[in-house]
Order: sequence, then C-alpha cells, then structure tokens
Amino acid sequence: MARRENPEINAGSMADIAFLLLIFFLVTTTMNVDSGVSKKLSEKPPEDYVPPIIKEKNIFEVNINRNNDLLVEDQRMDIKDLKAAAISFIDNGGGDGTIVDGVPSGPCTYCLGEKSISSSDHPNKAIISVQSDRGTEYGTYLKVQNELISAYSELRNRLSKERYGIPFPQLEESYKDNRNNLELKKKVEDIKKSYPEIISDAEPTSN
Amino acid sequence: MSKFGKKKKGMPAVNTAALPDIVFMLLFFFMVTTTMRETDLKLENPRLPSATEVKKLEHKSLVSTIYVGKSKDVARHGSRYNRIQLNDKIATAEDVPAFIINERSKVSEAEVPFMTTSIKADKESNVGTIIDIRLKLRDVNALKISYSASKGSGN
Repeated sequence: MARRENPEINAGSMADIAFLLLIFFLVTTTMNVDSGVSKKLSEKPPEDYVPPIIKEKNIFEVNINRNNDLLVEDQRMDIKDLKAAAISFIDNGGGDGTIVDGVPSGPCTYCLGEKSISSSDHPNKAIISVQSDRGTEYGTYLKVQNELISAYSELRNRLSKERYGIPFPQLEESYKDNRNNLELKKKVEDIKKSYPEIISDAEPTSN
Repeated sequence: MSKFGKKKKGMPAVNTAALPDIVFMLLFFFMVTTTMRETDLKLENPRLPSATEVKKLEHKSLVSTIYVGKSKDVARHGSRYNRIQLNDKIATAEDVPAFIINERSKVSEAEVPFMTTSIKADKESNVGTIIDIRLKLRDVNALKISYSASKGSGN
C-alpha cells in the first residue's frame, strides 16, 4: 500500500495574520510621554509665621480676573506682552541684592535692564506674584505661568551663553547626563542662583 | 529562438519564508511597548493646555496623576469642568491627602521625596479647583507638582 505523504500545512497566510495583529498594535500604541510645567510648591508656613516685609518695587503683580483678563502692575496687558514686561522687571537691577550665604551680593553686574529705581533691585529680590480668581480658566492661568517661566529661561539662557558659551538647556542636559561632574554642577547652580525663579501664587480672590 | 524558448525558469521567486519572522518581531515590539490605559477615566479626556516650557516627566512609577475635568456622567455630576478623579473614582479635594499617602506606600521610603504629582486638568477647569488640590498637596508635603501640558506654541 502506498502511504500517502503527510500534506504540509499551508503557512502562506501566517504572514497575513501577523500583519493584521501588527497593524492593530501599531494603531493602538500611543507613545506619549507625559510632559508638563513643573513647579515646586512652597512649604506650609508655621502658624505664627509673619511674612517678611517686601518693598513694593520688588514685587511684580500679575492679576488674572474671572474673565481671563490680565492686569499687570495695575495696567491691562495682553498675554503676549507679559514675557517682555517680566524680563524688564527681573533684569532691571536697580539696587543691591539680598544677602546670599552671608555675603551681600551687591548690585547686579550681569543685568542689562535699565536700572530704574522704581523697578526691582536685583533678580534675587524680584518676586513675581500671580493672583488669580477662583473662576479663572485653568488654560489662561497656565499660559501666564508659562510666559513667566519662559522669561526666566530666556534670562538664564542669555547669561549661560555669555558666561559659558552654551545655551542653558544644553548645560543642564549635560549635567543630568553626568551628575558627578562638579564643574558642571557649579555652572548650573551659578546660573540658577543668578536668576532664581521666584513666582509666588497669592491667595485667590473669590466672590 | 529555441534557445530562449526552452528556458522556462524566468526569475526565481523571492523566498518569503522569513517574512512572518520579521513581522512577528515587529509585532512583539509593539505588543511590549503598548500601554493600555490603566485607569478607567470617569471624566472626559481632559483637553490639556499647551505650553512651551514643558519638561518630561521621568520615572513613571513615582508619578501620581490627578485628573480634573468634566464628568462623563453629566446627570450626576453636572457639566462643569471641575470634577476631580483619583484612581478610579470621582472624588473631592478632601480625598487628595489620602490618595497621596496611599501612593506613597507603594514606593520605598527613600524615593518618597522624588515623587511628583501630575495634575491633568482640562483647559476650561477653574483655578479654584486647582488651588484646592494644591493646598491639600501642601498639607501632606507633596511639593513637587507638574501641570500636565502638551508642548506647543502656548495658544
């Protein structure tokens, strides 16, 4: 009796099936990386905390009302102008800085502002205070925060280029890749200390 | 003439036996990298604001996410954009500390200071809601936060 040879299973359509699955996963995959605007909250002050008295000229007041309009230093402003206004406030350098590590930092030597006496004394004294209404839209609030942060990054970037010849994000990146490099650490901290990011959130208004 | 006519071979067929292997390799790659959404959103997917100064969130295991937006169940929760979702439930700002403490218990103690809270809020939410959450976060000393935003021109 002639034994019939086992017929081979046709694997031709295997590729089709695999392709189908592949396309399904291709479509459903979302390679989104979470990204966001980072902020560090201030610690909860103790009960008997008395806030220090700060000179009016060292505070840059930004108010956002419930209709998402901006009031900056008692003047209406559009969001697109906010960054420039913040930069000119931070970078003013009209007086002496605060005492850092027991050493008075003296006048700001790297500021390119107009050194007006009615604006901030020194970047490390300049405080940006954002007050919003409880009814303000979150999108607007974040846009304002974003503008203010970008004002700081621009100033840091400028100083970093001037002092070390490379943009600040690049400097930070290379420090992140090599955390043991003390020289890089010093550079990053120097820039950060020169333009400390002081953005405070005032208690919101509500009615 | 007959010289050509005899040769019936023509082009040899390309061997496609390895094609399934290649496809499977790609398939496995995508299967492994795919992340199905692990929490069920009770809210409509928040329309994130866009910003230019965004930073990537690293170490996913150290990130706890709070969603703020409009509830899918409009009849029960209203159509405002101020609902808070923690884990799988619609919650209030009062529940935030418990949520954070629970998240902390999932990681080792040494890593607790590096934990970040990511707030994924809809563009149209109100600042009041965000501030309530922020005050609660401050109470439990969860000071690192990230306002989730997509990278864009800031419009």
